[in-house]
Amino acid sequence: MRPTRTVEFSTGLFVLLGFAALFFLVTQITNRELATNGKSYGVVALFENIGSLKPGAAVSMAGVTVGRVETISYDQQQYKAVVHMRINSQFDKIPKDSDASIMTSGLLGGQYIGITPGGDEQYLKQGDRIEFVQDAFVLENLINQLASTFLRRDQGSADSGNQGGNQEKAPAQEPKK
Amino acid sequence: MSSNATSRKPEPQTAQDSIVEVRDVHDSIGGRPIFSGLNLQIQRGRITAIMGPSGTGKTTLLRLMTGQIRPDSGQVLFDGIDVSNLSTRDLYALRRRMGMLFQNGALLTDEDVFENVAFPLREHTDLPEALIRNIVLTKLQSVGLRGAARLMPAELSGGMARRVALARAMATDPEVLIYDEPFTGLDPISMGMIVRLVRQMNYALGITSIVVSHDVEELSILADSSYIIAGGKVAASGSFVELKDHDSEIVHQFINGLADGPVAFHYPAPDYYEDLLAG
Amino acid sequence: MHFLRELWDNVREFVTTVGSVALFFGRVLAQLPRAFLRPSLVVEQVHNTGALSLVIIMTCGLFVGMVLGLTGYDLLQRFGSEEALGTAGALAVVKELGPVVTALLFAGRAGTALASEIGLMRATDQLTAMEMMAVDPMRRVIAPRFAGGIIAMPLLTVIFIAIGIFGVQLVGVQQFKVDAASFWSQMRSSVGLDDIMEGVIKGCVFGVACSLIAVYEGYNATPTAEGVGRATTRTVVISAVLTLILDYILTAIML
Repeated sequence: MRPTRTVEFSTGLFVLLGFAALFFLVTQITNRELATNGKSYGVVALFENIGSLKPGAAVSMAGVTVGRVETISYDQQQYKAVVHMRINSQFDKIPKDSDASIMTSGLLGGQYIGITPGGDEQYLKQGDRIEFVQDAFVLENLINQLASTFLRRDQGSADSGNQGGNQEKAPAQEPKK
Repeated sequence: MSSNATSRKPEPQTAQDSIVEVRDVHDSIGGRPIFSGLNLQIQRGRITAIMGPSGTGKTTLLRLMTGQIRPDSGQVLFDGIDVSNLSTRDLYALRRRMGMLFQNGALLTDEDVFENVAFPLREHTDLPEALIRNIVLTKLQSVGLRGAARLMPAELSGGMARRVALARAMATDPEVLIYDEPFTGLDPISMGMIVRLVRQMNYALGITSIVVSHDVEELSILADSSYIIAGGKVAASGSFVELKDHDSEIVHQFINGLADGPVAFHYPAPDYYEDLLAG
Repeated sequence: MHFLRELWDNVREFVTTVGSVALFFGRVLAQLPRAFLRPSLVVEQVHNTGALSLVIIMTCGLFVGMVLGLTGYDLLQRFGSEEALGTAGALAVVKELGPVVTALLFAGRAGTALASEIGLMRATDQLTAMEMMAVDPMRRVIAPRFAGGIIAMPLLTVIFIAIGIFGVQLVGVQQFKVDAASFWSQMRSSVGLDDIMEGVIKGCVFGVACSLIAVYEGYNATPTAEGVGRATTRTVVISAVLTLILDYILTAIML
């Protein structure tokens, strides 16, 4: 009639296991907090095109993850994407004139922000803005540039000079993923 | 009740004192008529046998009496209350005054003997555990199985299982005990035990017993009065002596166990000679 | 013409069965609150359907995850996107494989146990005996088993998913040396709480469906040995089909 102690014990174990699994999933699998151990400071960067960068994407320097993208929003005054990042507090020597570019890992991989250090002796602090940015790689823009380069060369111009895609004011297009 | 525990049988009571009555019941199952004008009176305090050839609907009759199914027409009364019109709650309340012994015991297979007998007590009463234990052991003692209290139903023989089921049916001290084929499939010793128990229960406790069976021999010892049902109606009723001398053919065939009679030996078939020649 | 007649009879029977199941569902639901007043019965059933299914669920979860790891890695490395294995594996397990495979395993192990148990009680008159003792078998036998099933299923689903993801990781990171950090970080950035909720909701819905079918088949089994066997077979088949149909409906709704 009454379940035995063994039955009750194993049922309890089962239920606990279920909740443990749920806990594991919710905390480890989802984009919950940064899982930064401890403190971080926030910096911001403005991009013309963020591609498919998502909140929670990694921020890395020299390939090492130093922080995370926290939020992404749009500024209607400047017509740019506003990306807030949180950098782990232990990385407090990032020069103010460093470069933030949106990179892709692999062909189908997610996009992340790579920071290339500059030479400034002053370092980024909470609330600072990274001035130098490189937008996400947009295939169509590259093709346009290549096409116009070839055209110009054909016209006998020795000029080249493309500094990457951010000089173009081409309307931002989402690269097809 | 008024019966004296030491006397064998109480004085015959008035014919009006029937605890269960079936009045002019017509019933059919799936279009097939089972009963057409059935009339029975079960007398309080006595053992009544209900017999009949296979397929006459004895199980259906029990279901009608216990309110499991409703008749197409007619009434089934328990202590004056129409059983077929009750709400579920009232029906359940009424059923607590009846006990039923199923053909194969119908014990709950995942509980031991003790828990099986205790089941109705636990479900319907708030009795303390000690009292339940006493009642269960007493009931088991009366069927001779107090020592088997911790066995599981699978470990019991057919006769033992039926005795446990009897103890369980008795657990809440019902007024009427219904036995559905209690002797079927038992060896002579077990049968003797059941016969003794049926009789003891009835007279020692002053209850009414209804035994549905076709064991003519056992019933002849046991029953105070009997009904033989055939063809959807009562074919004969009365004491066994009366039945033995009854002039109805079907009753005669049944009581004497004759191979052929109104219930034919041969299943309906075309002419024998022609059938052989055709093949 | 004869064929049409048969078809019509089949359709009619199908509709009748659906109605019968719906009414049965209503009766079970009505008894559910009172079943919870006897927690010991429910605990026993959670144990029967859930705890006893753990081994099979965990084993299959592990292997499903591992296969996913193998196939996923093979597929993704053709595009140079091995680090997406975490994302791909997690989403597949959380949203689809977890709930569906768990439901099928549940139907096979717990569903058949329920159906045959109840069917046997039907065949040996135990249910009728209870009714005769004025105990409602719906309340005493059916509702607790149903409750046990609907509690156990979501838990089993979540456990399957967790172990499944571990399996993906086992193959991807340990065996194929996919970078662990990007494995997990990509997964974290692509899988949200809403995806997990999707999986859990599916688990709950499948739990209701499979438990209901199991107790229904058992309760309405023909009271013979073959009747019980048939009821058990039908439980698995109908549970499987219904689960997949519900899966499509739920996925379409939640997308």
